[in-house]
Amino acid sequence: MTFMKKPKVRHPGLRKNELGLTRRDYEGSLSTLCAGCGHDSISAAIIEACFELDLPAHRLAKLSGIGCSSKTPTYFLNQSHGFNSVHGRMPSIATGANLANRDLIYLGVSGDGDTASIGLGQFCHAMRRRVNMIYIVENNGTYGLTKGQFSATSDRASKSKKGEANLFEAIDLCTLAIHLGAGFVARGFSGDKAGLVPLIKAAFHYKGFAFLDIVSPCVTFNDHAASTKSYDYVRAHNEAMDRLDLVPEREEIIAEPEEGKTVTVRMHDGSLMRLHKLDDSYDPRDSEAALTTLRKRYAKGQVVTGLLYIDDEDADLHTLLNTTAEPLNAVPMSDLCPGNAELAKINKSLR
Amino acid sequence: MSSADVAVKSRGMRPTNLADPNYFHKVVDCQWACPAHTPVPEYIRLVAQGRYAQAYMLNWESNVFPGILGRTCDRPCEPACRRGRLEEKPVAICRLKRVAADYRGDISGLLPRIPRKKNGKRIALLGAGPASLTVARDLMPLGYKCVLFEKDARGGGLMRTNIPSFRLPEHVLNEEVETILRMGVEARFGHEVTSLKEVLDEEFDAVFVGTGAPRGKDLNIPGREEASASIHIGIDWLTSIAFEHTKKVGRRVVVIGGGNTAMDCCRSALRLGGKDVRVTVRSPRADMKASDWEIEDAEREGIPVFDNHQPSEFIVENGKLKGVRFARMEAKYDEQGRRTLIPTGEEVVFECDEVLMAIGQDNAFTWIERDIGVEFGEWGMPEVDKTTMMSTRAGVFFGGDAGWGPENIIWAVTHGHQAAISIDLHCSGKSLERARPGPGTSLVSQKMGLHEWSYGNQYSEGARVAVPHANKRKSLRSLKVEVELGYDEKLAVEEAERCLNCDVQTVFVHNLCIECDACVDICPVDCINFTINGEEAELRRSLRVPAVNLSQDLYISEDLKTGRIMAKDEDLCLHCGLCAERCPTGAWDMQKFTYVERQANPLGQVHCMAYIK
Repeated sequence: MTFMKKPKVRHPGLRKNELGLTRRDYEGSLSTLCAGCGHDSISAAIIEACFELDLPAHRLAKLSGIGCSSKTPTYFLNQSHGFNSVHGRMPSIATGANLANRDLIYLGVSGDGDTASIGLGQFCHAMRRRVNMIYIVENNGTYGLTKGQFSATSDRASKSKKGEANLFEAIDLCTLAIHLGAGFVARGFSGDKAGLVPLIKAAFHYKGFAFLDIVSPCVTFNDHAASTKSYDYVRAHNEAMDRLDLVPEREEIIAEPEEGKTVTVRMHDGSLMRLHKLDDSYDPRDSEAALTTLRKRYAKGQVVTGLLYIDDEDADLHTLLNTTAEPLNAVPMSDLCPGNAELAKINKSLR
Repeated sequence: MSSADVAVKSRGMRPTNLADPNYFHKVVDCQWACPAHTPVPEYIRLVAQGRYAQAYMLNWESNVFPGILGRTCDRPCEPACRRGRLEEKPVAICRLKRVAADYRGDISGLLPRIPRKKNGKRIALLGAGPASLTVARDLMPLGYKCVLFEKDARGGGLMRTNIPSFRLPEHVLNEEVETILRMGVEARFGHEVTSLKEVLDEEFDAVFVGTGAPRGKDLNIPGREEASASIHIGIDWLTSIAFEHTKKVGRRVVVIGGGNTAMDCCRSALRLGGKDVRVTVRSPRADMKASDWEIEDAEREGIPVFDNHQPSEFIVENGKLKGVRFARMEAKYDEQGRRTLIPTGEEVVFECDEVLMAIGQDNAFTWIERDIGVEFGEWGMPEVDKTTMMSTRAGVFFGGDAGWGPENIIWAVTHGHQAAISIDLHCSGKSLERARPGPGTSLVSQKMGLHEWSYGNQYSEGARVAVPHANKRKSLRSLKVEVELGYDEKLAVEEAERCLNCDVQTVFVHNLCIECDACVDICPVDCINFTINGEEAELRRSLRVPAVNLSQDLYISEDLKTGRIMAKDEDLCLHCGLCAERCPTGAWDMQKFTYVERQANPLGQVHCMAYIK
């Protein structure tokens, strides 16, 4: 961590987005994480994505649980809403907030402990319910805040910093997400911002549960030679499945991409997502194929990254429940609470 | 490897060669811009620490006249200051130098010792201006005997005769000139050299010509002859004020010219009784030669500047000057940006009692015989080697305005240093080029602890601190009242804090880097990039913020593990060290780059290093 604050002064040539803001306007407070933490890179990637999407920060709510990763929402988007919840309970808070105010964009930030251990149940149900949110797991495969024990995503037989081998099977969060109905499943690497920023941007465009598993090396406890979540290991074993291009709705499409090499997905908001496949046999719209690929590649020790699965047809929670189109804070009190007479009528109809 | 492979491999920029002393020197914009390469950030830190004597001596070693320059320097360092590129005003470097001089206390114990036993070599120095005095300062500690020839009664040259004492108090000038003369220089004041041959006949081992550009330009327009009693050449008029021959001026004064001499003339006229003093320039105001701050000072005293006014006639009635007629001009610029001044047809007359002409200076070498081996080239200027300062006659050297036409004090000092090196080499029979000593440099880590650096890396958001001025009514009454009061110690610290410490360099060790991006994310001015190498133009375009300032280098690393490189645009780096604080592996470090110019006296360099520590 750093004691000196990042000075407010900035490069006069810094680009401005449609809102007249620079990247710096999307920053948060000074990070207190270890120097070189992958999580800080993810914060920077979120800042970059929001800047590029011309996102008004006050339309976004950041939610998190407990852990190193869950501290990070303080370090980006100072002007957004935020909720730092109980350990592993962020999905409930996100579900409730989303039902009450469907107009905000919900960004959940969690870690492997918060999601795969204490919050695994919560995580599963938020996916099942197709809550319209982005759920990021900053996955470093270790309990950094309690000094480096194995987490539930540590790979079997990988070693701790002290040389102990992990005896248990890892939970693969992407596999779980595809199984349980997440419509957008991707894996990124904090050390590859060029690949990560487009994934985050695409997740913002997706309506439904967008899950991002981001491998994020823990420089203090899990960046050693026998780790499978170190900078070196991930760089050496990274298998990118595709390269993403996002074409915003307002932009005209110029050239049609080459057939077979590219998958084009129209998102709910009208924008187009182009996936340039790096592996011809792979189709991210096929959940079976995605699961098989994940399993096979994992067995080879590879870390598969990119957009792994997308379902552009399934509906989100609000659509499934047929809720009112307006956020509850915009619904008049007389409609929200129609009074005793109406209640009596409803009760009577149920008798 | 086939030749094709080599071609692929060599595509893109080469890693930066940190062994080249110029690489980091260029990053220290102020020091790089200073002709004498004074270690600016070093003395600013010393001022901030209240170590004024050391700050003064560091300056003195490098520029010889810190008290004088701290008031009068043309300050090429300030427009170069990195702070100015951050949409701010530069650090008041010049006025911090004055602080060092004002508060230095007794420095006599720090001055070099002059050997009683001389080395047997005699050097003639012609003219007692800053160039000659610098040569004396550099050579006296080595045992040379220096003989100074000066037509005026006192030393200092133009610094005495042309800079009014409300800008440069006499005692400040005297102190710094005396420091050199007291080294045992044989000064022949009141001795005008009328023949170089005569001097050479005295059999000196070397002769240095530092006689300046003493002839003010004249303007031959109708009425010049008739009104000559009321028309003065600016620099001559200032000289006669300095020696107290001129004590008053007419009520209405017109100054012709837009340089710093014109500013000194108009402000002097105001103090000698002028009531309606105006400055006229033929060019547009933006093209005026005077430094912005000198124009501001004149205007603050209520002197109007009339630009686009070209004098066409001195109006004389009954043998007496009545006024000056001006043609109004308009500047037109062609596609190349070349300017032509075109009369608009309009004319104006400024009535006045006296005219001061400050339209430039010329050299005058009528006293140098043309058959003694000193060749003259274009514009009647001597042919002088740019590095060695030697003329076409071995052993005869030129410097300052005499060598290169009207410049300023700091350039004269620089020429003096170079000439002194050459004279020393010449007198010991060594090659002036091959044996020339290079600069002394060092690069030392400033890390003291996890988040501790041996320099203040906190960025100050403060605006440039204004220098307090004397009461205007009081200062306009006398030539002797210094207008600027200088910073007090508190203001000096406040201003010193604005310095970015550009000499504390970001040094990158590529094989320690794990490419975690921490430095990229924390850098406040987005200057660090991890990217694919490419040709310079292409690389500059592709950075996080395109590197458009071509005068600033890109710092390029060796290839990293991923095949990418680290490319840092030096342009706006705050030298805050956040990259080094954020780096988990110590691939970034903040290291102080020290650059000291070599002088004739090798001890000077040793002294500088001692003051820095």
